[in-house]
Order: sequence, then C-alpha cells, then structure tokens
Amino acid sequence: MTGAPFNILWLQSGGCGGCTMSLLCADAPDLMTTLKSAGIHILWHPTLSEETGAEAIALFDEVLSGAVPLHALCIEGALLRGPNGTGRFHVLAGTETPTIDWVRRLAGVAEHVVAVGSCAAYGGVTAAGVNPADACGLAYDGRQPGGALGGAFRSRSGLPVVNVAGCPTHPNWVTETLMLLAAGLLGPGDLDSYGRPRFYADHLVHHGCPRNEYYEYKASAEKLSDLGCMMEHLGCLGTQAHADCNTRLWNGEGSCTRGGYACINCTAPEFEEPGHAFLQTPKIGGIPVGLPTDMPKAWFIALSSLAKAATPERLRRNAVSDHEVIPPAVRDIKRR
Amino acid sequence: MTKPIAGANPGAEEGTRRLVVGPFNRVEGDLEVRLDVAEGRVRSAYVSSPLFRGFERILEGRDPHDALVIAPRICGICSVSQAHAAALALAALQGIAPTPNGRIATNLILATENLADHLTHFHVFFMPDFARAAYAGRPWFAEAERRFKAAEGTSVRRALKTRAELLHVLGLLAGRWPHTLTLQPGGVTRGADQRDKMRLLATLGAVRAALEEHLYGARLEQVAELSSVAALTAYGAAPGGGDFRLFLALAGDLELAGLGRAYDRFLSYGAYPGGEGRLYAPGTFAAGRPGALDPDAITEDHSFARMEGREAPHRPFEGSTFPDAADETGYTWCKAPRLDGLPYETGAIARQMVDGHLLLREMVAADGAGVLARVVARLVETARTLIAMETWVMQLEPEAPWCAQGATVRQGRAFGLTEAARGALGHWMVVEKGLVARYQIIAPTTWNFSPRDRAGVPGPLELALQGAPVAEGEKTPVSVQHIVRSFDPCMVCTVH
Repeated sequence: MTGAPFNILWLQSGGCGGCTMSLLCADAPDLMTTLKSAGIHILWHPTLSEETGAEAIALFDEVLSGAVPLHALCIEGALLRGPNGTGRFHVLAGTETPTIDWVRRLAGVAEHVVAVGSCAAYGGVTAAGVNPADACGLAYDGRQPGGALGGAFRSRSGLPVVNVAGCPTHPNWVTETLMLLAAGLLGPGDLDSYGRPRFYADHLVHHGCPRNEYYEYKASAEKLSDLGCMMEHLGCLGTQAHADCNTRLWNGEGSCTRGGYACINCTAPEFEEPGHAFLQTPKIGGIPVGLPTDMPKAWFIALSSLAKAATPERLRRNAVSDHEVIPPAVRDIKRR
Repeated sequence: MTKPIAGANPGAEEGTRRLVVGPFNRVEGDLEVRLDVAEGRVRSAYVSSPLFRGFERILEGRDPHDALVIAPRICGICSVSQAHAAALALAALQGIAPTPNGRIATNLILATENLADHLTHFHVFFMPDFARAAYAGRPWFAEAERRFKAAEGTSVRRALKTRAELLHVLGLLAGRWPHTLTLQPGGVTRGADQRDKMRLLATLGAVRAALEEHLYGARLEQVAELSSVAALTAYGAAPGGGDFRLFLALAGDLELAGLGRAYDRFLSYGAYPGGEGRLYAPGTFAAGRPGALDPDAITEDHSFARMEGREAPHRPFEGSTFPDAADETGYTWCKAPRLDGLPYETGAIARQMVDGHLLLREMVAADGAGVLARVVARLVETARTLIAMETWVMQLEPEAPWCAQGATVRQGRAFGLTEAARGALGHWMVVEKGLVARYQIIAPTTWNFSPRDRAGVPGPLELALQGAPVAEGEKTPVSVQHIVRSFDPCMVCTVH
C-alpha cells in the first residue's frame, strides 16, 4: 500500500474496553501487520499509544485545527449524557470537558465516524435497565435514530456513522471495516438498516452453527451443557441474529454456540433488554415467541412437529447429554 | 497542565504546584491523577476515576442469572473474572458447587485471562514508558526502544501475537473472549474431549515456548522457583537474554525497588481451587505477617466519592450506588473499600505475598512493595500459573459431568470472591422475589485506586505516589507513570 496513511483516532467512553481487547486478538495476520499493510495509521489509541496526558491533548487539538487529517474517528463505548444532560458521568481525564463533547467536536472534522461495538452504536449494555448514566449511541438511542450526534448525522464523507455492532466486536469486523473505508469501498448501500456493515451483518449466527442437525430435528438442549439446539428452551437467538460468528469463528475455533451457550443477538440494538431472562426462551402455548428469520409461523409450527416426530434416537439422546453418547452410524457406502 | 490553586477541588496545598495528569492511557479505561508538587517531589496525590456507568443499578430488578450476561460486560479485560464472581455468588445462593470438570475448566479459563492480562500489562502498558525519549541517555535505552516502543517495538508486537494465540484456549473452552457465558454456577457449558485436550496442550506449549525464548530466556520452572533475592540477581546476570532480564537491568539502574511503595498491606481472595486447596492461598499479609481474611470486615466508605451514603461506611450487602453529581467534596466516582477500616493493596504481588512466595516476601521485607516487586510478582506468577495449567488440562475427564444443575432461588443473599489478574474481586448479591434486589461489586482497582476515607487516609496508589520525583518542566511525570502502571489498573472495573 502506498500513498498517504489513513489516520484513525480512537476514543473510549461508556463501555468496557472489550472491543479493543478483542481487536488485539486479531490473528493470521495480527493487528499491527494488518493495519500496516492497509496503510492505516493509529494517531492515538488509549491502549496502544505512548502519549499520555498533555501530549495526547496536544494531538487532539492538532486534529481539531485540521493540522493533522482525521480519516476515521473510532468511538468505543456508549456516550453518556447524564447527569441531567451535562455529560459529566464521563469527563475526559485531564480536560474538564465531557467526552461526549470531545466526540461531537472531533466527529465534525472526521472523514468517517465508526462506532466500534454495540455501546457506541446504540447504547448497549451501558444503557440497560434504568440506564443510570443516560447512555446512548453515536447516532442511535437504542433502536431509534438519535443519540449523541443525531440520527441525521453524516460525516464529511457523506456516510452515516458506521455501526460495527457487537458485544464485543470480532477483531476482523473492525479491521475489515477500516480497510474498506481506507480503500474507498464502503458506500451507503453497504450498510444495513441499522447502519451495520453488510459484509458481516447479512449473515445469521445460525449459518454454520454446529448444532444445526439438532435444530433440524428440534432435538433441544434442556439444560446448560447439553449438546442439543438451544433455541427451544435456552434463549438462543442464533436464527435471528445478524452476524457471521459461526462461519468466521472467534479466537481460533470458537463462537458462542460452540461454547455451549445461547446467542444473545449482541449485534442488535436493545439486545440488552430482551424482556425475559437471557438464557430462557419465552413461549406462548409451548411455541417459542421469536421465530427464525423469514419463517412464517404456521410453517414453523408444522415443520417443528413433523421434525420432532422424525428425530433419530442418536440426536434425541445426544441433545440432552454433555458429551456425545451415540456417534453417527458408519454404514457401507455401497449400501446407501 | 498546570492549574491555579483556587477553584480546584480539593485545592492544592499551600506552597505546591498542581499537576493534573490525564487522559492517563495504557491503563484499562480512563484515569486522572492530580498531583501537588513541591521541591521536585509529589507531596500529595488525588486519584480520580472519571467514568461512571452504574452497573450495580443496571443489575437490579433482573433475573439473578442475567448477572452472567451483564457483569462480564463491566470490563473487557477482566470479563472472565467478573463472570466468575457472579457464578460463585449464584452457586452460593443455590447451595451448589461446580463438578470437578467444571472447576478445572473454570480454572483454565480464568487463568488464561489472567495470563493474557499479565502479558498485555508488561509488554503493551508498562514497558513502553522506558522507551520514552526522556531515557535516551541510559545505557539500556537503545534496546528498550527497539523492543518496547509503544505499539511498534519488536517485543510489543510479538507479545500481542503470543497473547492472541493463548486466547485460543478460550475460543475452544469458552466460545470466545471477552464476554463468554460458559462459566455457570455448576461448572461450564462446554465439555472437552481428548482431542480438545491435545489442542489445548498444543496452544499452551506454543505459549510456553514463546515466553521461555523471549520473555524469560529460561525455563518457566527456573523462574517459578526463584526463591531469594540472590537467586533473582543471579538469574538477571546470567546469559540467555529475554525481556525480564532487560527489565531487571533497567530497574536496577532506575532504582525502581524504592519507587511507589504503598502500605505493604496485602489482600487476596485466593485463586484456582484444586482438590486440596488453592494454587494461590487466600488471606492477608500485613505488618510483616500473614493472616486470615474475614469478608465480613469489608466496608466501603463514600466520604470522597461522588456518592450518596456518606454517613457511615457500608458493608457490601447494605451498600448502595446513587451518584451525587452536585457533591463538591468527592473527587472520584470510586468508593473507598477498607478491610477492618484499613486500605489494602491487591494484585499479583498480594497473591504471591499471601501465598508465601519466598522471593517476594524477601523483596518486600527489604524494600517494601514498589514498582519492581509488583512487576516481578506478575512475571513469577505468569510462570507458576502456566505450569499449573498444563497439569489441569490432563485432569479433564471428557465423559464425566461438566455442569451441575441448581434450583431457582427466589430469596437470599450470597457473595462470590475471586481473583482477577489485578487482584481481589467480589460480588455481593441480594435476591428478593426471584429478582436481584441489590448488587454490589468491589473490584481490584477499587481497592488500589481508592480515594481517601473519612479519616483522610489515602488509598494505596495515593500513598504510593507521595514522594515520586518530578523533574523541572515535566507535565506528565514519568515516575508517576511507572508507579500508576505498576498496579496494572483497570479503571472500567474500578467504578463499574
């Protein structure tokens, strides 16, 4: 990659830092190699940079004055409006200025604004429950457009805030978004209706889930650590959640469902308030309330009852065990 | 930036100049430190945690098991330990214990996070300060800069790769990191078969090889068994290279042993339960003696936190988290935890002191626990823990149960105590009518970066910073940075 570097500035506010911790898990290639080869230059990042205190503030001032071009402002964590609209639940250390105000100013000079994680995108877990800090996203307040910058916000490039939603984000959702922006390959049509990059949001967590055979036969896990499908009883939203977790995989060979627990749809706005306990499936008349994406209810009910009637003994038993008790039969391939 | 004395709260002492240092990066989360400086030394320090989110309030009113989803998201770097504390509280509430497989897998998962955090701390957060231009004249500088220049140094980049590889343990056992839901009151949601065990050993073996070659220049066992200052000195002088030896050399030159001493009073909840006790014993170490830990003696004082409830210190089961934005006395969102009314330091140094590690006991007896001892404790512990992890993998039994099942509890109270990389973490949960009625969390950095209490007694970092040298014209004193980062603070956990 030649030419001027693509400068990013990264700030954290009302979040846990987990998206950065996840970003550092990028491997094959690792984060630094990936960024360098794409010509992406980190002006400042709270975890990685040398500059502290006055040195960091001097850099922010250079960005605001235009002396240093800012190609992408990356924000991690929700923006805090409280208490009473003052933003003082997070005053950026050393500046006496609320972080939400720093973000608004810096967003005005940024070519692109990227929300890293569901908190920065929509408010996320920081906005859960009574939302003590009056947390919101950059351009969303939960499912509603709004937030710190307002739903109508467009950065200098003309793009809305790019919402790399997830709790946390997969390292390569972030690196690939930045690479696409740096290459000029991410347009408005490449974002879905919640502003998420479609390259990962046009997939479902269900795609590639190793429990798909259990799902097909409605062979359900009844308790945590069971091998069966977790949709019917254990709150799994993988058939509805927009992400490529089970085809891309995490930390080598992982994903939530591969780890034995439900997908909680963490790329969606307001996932933090499902309206029921996370690990229980709400039902009406024994039928899960949330249907698989694009599936008409009548068909789902019909297929489910048929599938349950046809469940092989192997799946019926393995589904409620914590290790495989019956392996798939090995048959003579000439006698199909 | 230099501030006028008037109007700052609390005001600078007479005859001092005030420095406000922030944003204080290469710590997890945001941090501000106010220093009153006179005659080239910090006379007093005030530590401020500038971010309030209110997780304890977010947890109220929810199904108790939702704590396993919400609590890890307090912190992206201590996410497993937050989940573990919640799982332990739920287990105590239900009166169940993890299955043996569940206990061992939990140890592996927690140890992986703690090890990854130790590696991140040393290579990414702490060491880059020695590659600053301020040290350009030192004999070790060229090597420190080559290896530890922030985000660029060869050791920084290599450590990030090793860390990413280590976290494959969690991809396999826990689905992903951070924010796994694998840890449950009765164990873990995912079993491991014999093949998985081989894959875990392959990953741990690669991490061992990388650390032995680049961090220690020695076998893990040799580092774990360092049992005296003389042995540490001999190790430091021996050939073999490695970043630990580079650190020991520059620490000697900069006299880091005497920098940043706090109370030498330590607290550990103990870590990694086995069939016969824990790998690291629980307890206290104070006034030169080990002691037992009484969780009932823990309180939080709100006198200098911007929190309601300043009338008296609270036990966690009676604690509250109501921010008071109008408060003028408070200078942080962090409460002041105390054990028997006293501030305590926690972290790897505390774990090793309480556990009786001979080298650390000797170092602290000689110089107190300063920057050097904190970092040595972390690197010794890294070696000890990794050795133990290899044996735990082989103890997993694929066909034995992985997760015990408990019954729903509609009423009760319980706590869960565990050890994050940076120290003692506790969750206190009260359940009424099947929902969380009260949830209080005391995180490691809440202890270490505590503000003053009603008696005006500073927190451990506040004391450790007293006397730190400040060179003429320094706005962000490098000695202060060494001391602050030597605690491996996690600011998002601190206030939560």
